[in-house]
Amino acid sequence: MKLVTAIIKPFKLDDVKSALEAYGIQGMTVSEASGYGRQRGHTEVYRGAEYTVDLVPKVRLEVLVDDDDADAVVDVVVKAAQTGRIGDGKVWTVPVGTVARVRTGERGPDAL
Amino acid sequence: MELNSGDTAWVLASTALVLLMTPGLAFFYGGMTKAKSTLNMMMMSFATICVVSVLWVVYGFSLAFGDSGSAFYGSFSLSGLSDAVGELTNNGGVYGIPLLAFAGFQLMFAIITPALISGAIADRAKFVTWVVFVVLWVTIVYFPVAHWVFDFGTVSENGDVTGKGWLANLGVLDFAGGTAVHINAGAAGLALAIVLGRRIGFKKSPNRPHSLPLVLLGAGLLWFGWFGFNAGSALGATDTAALALLNTQVATAAGLGGWLIVEKLRDGHPTSLGAASGAVAGLVAITPACAFVAPWAAVVLGVIAGALCALAVGLKYKLNYDDSLDVVGVHLVGGIIGCLFIGFFSTTQVNEFGADGVFYGGGWELLGKQAIGAFSVLAYSLIVTLILGFLLEKTIGFRVSKDDELQGLDLTEHLESAYDFEGTLGGTFAGTSSSHKEKVAAKTEEVSA
Repeated sequence: MKLVTAIIKPFKLDDVKSALEAYGIQGMTVSEASGYGRQRGHTEVYRGAEYTVDLVPKVRLEVLVDDDDADAVVDVVVKAAQTGRIGDGKVWTVPVGTVARVRTGERGPDAL
Repeated sequence: MELNSGDTAWVLASTALVLLMTPGLAFFYGGMTKAKSTLNMMMMSFATICVVSVLWVVYGFSLAFGDSGSAFYGSFSLSGLSDAVGELTNNGGVYGIPLLAFAGFQLMFAIITPALISGAIADRAKFVTWVVFVVLWVTIVYFPVAHWVFDFGTVSENGDVTGKGWLANLGVLDFAGGTAVHINAGAAGLALAIVLGRRIGFKKSPNRPHSLPLVLLGAGLLWFGWFGFNAGSALGATDTAALALLNTQVATAAGLGGWLIVEKLRDGHPTSLGAASGAVAGLVAITPACAFVAPWAAVVLGVIAGALCALAVGLKYKLNYDDSLDVVGVHLVGGIIGCLFIGFFSTTQVNEFGADGVFYGGGWELLGKQAIGAFSVLAYSLIVTLILGFLLEKTIGFRVSKDDELQGLDLTEHLESAYDFEGTLGGTFAGTSSSHKEKVAAKTEEVSA
């Protein structure tokens, strides 16, 4: 099993969610995040005083998938989240040791 | 002179309008502070309503407007205000409005002036010391200065005038308080910013407004209430009131525009904070001038005030004092602009009780008087507030501890939070407040143990 984590632009969340549902993904965890990559932040001006805002709002989306699906899911996210402009985000996967469904106690791929 | 019900109705309505400015100011300032000390900012305004209203009855109105024969302060003759009941207003002539209506109207000015100062010391003042400061400041600064500017003397039946304030007597034109309210508060704000020092992180961490919608709400309430402030100062439902009201509207609109133009040219984007600030700069500048200049001149004044104040608020970064919410850049600078503008554009064509300025054949005399009015109030307020502020800092302490400042004043001064987003930090009901103090004490002991 793999954990796919995607950091995407907040306004792309709906597109990514729909694309994952179309692929057959049944659940996900979404959280608000902030950070920056090569695009850095932006500058705001209040009464003439400039402030650099380093951390930009992002959305972190996490999906647990079977090993066989991992690459395809990464592709789905990349395709749906892409605007082609700087700051589109990152997607990565990490191996997962155990998954358990809390309600039934099922273990492993059955719990996905 | 009989009581005039129309005039009285307008002054009573204006009184309520001007009161609303102080809660409006609380929103205007409260939105500009950090989320962790916004309640403290708003409480400084609300506490001022409490303190000054009580003092006004006890001796405040009397010290400002009581007949003393002095050009510098009133008397205690109207203390308690019981002798004012049933009397008509006598201020440089008898008006057909009750003295109590005048007292109520003037009270609202006495409330908002110290409240304005609080913006200079956001995020770092001890609340109790602020309350003590307001008591002392209105007593030794506002009440006397109001006498200088607003007291046109008690006129007796044979025409003798006694107790006329020295600036009023000099012929300084200040219709609704450019000197006594705005220059006074601005200079005091500068003094307190110096006494309390800079906030932690001044020029480093982004002290940006935590809620610009609150700032805009506050600016809107101020604008609305200001019609009472300026047009109500005519003390009657007269054509002077109409002139003051219209001038207030157009100068404010022009001030908003002036500030935004500077931002667009200098920074590239017109901001909502700039719109709110420009409107207030316009309001401040038109305050002394509203009944003495033509409406087109009010537009000119508004644009000048909006643009110059937009430039002036940057000075604190160069001069290194932390006037947190720009009381100096908006109220002191805007007040001076308005007062001096009268010296150029004032005309008896619009108000026979005014005077002609430089551009209307009146020569430089009026401008000189306006400068004396503006800078005498500035100097008195700055010096006395500096002394008062230092005395309070050395005795009961004015600035909170570093830890409290970082924690946020809402929690340390009031034990409250402005916003509950029902996150993971939610609490549980812990009984009614009767035993609250013991619980807090026990908790503190537990934590420190």
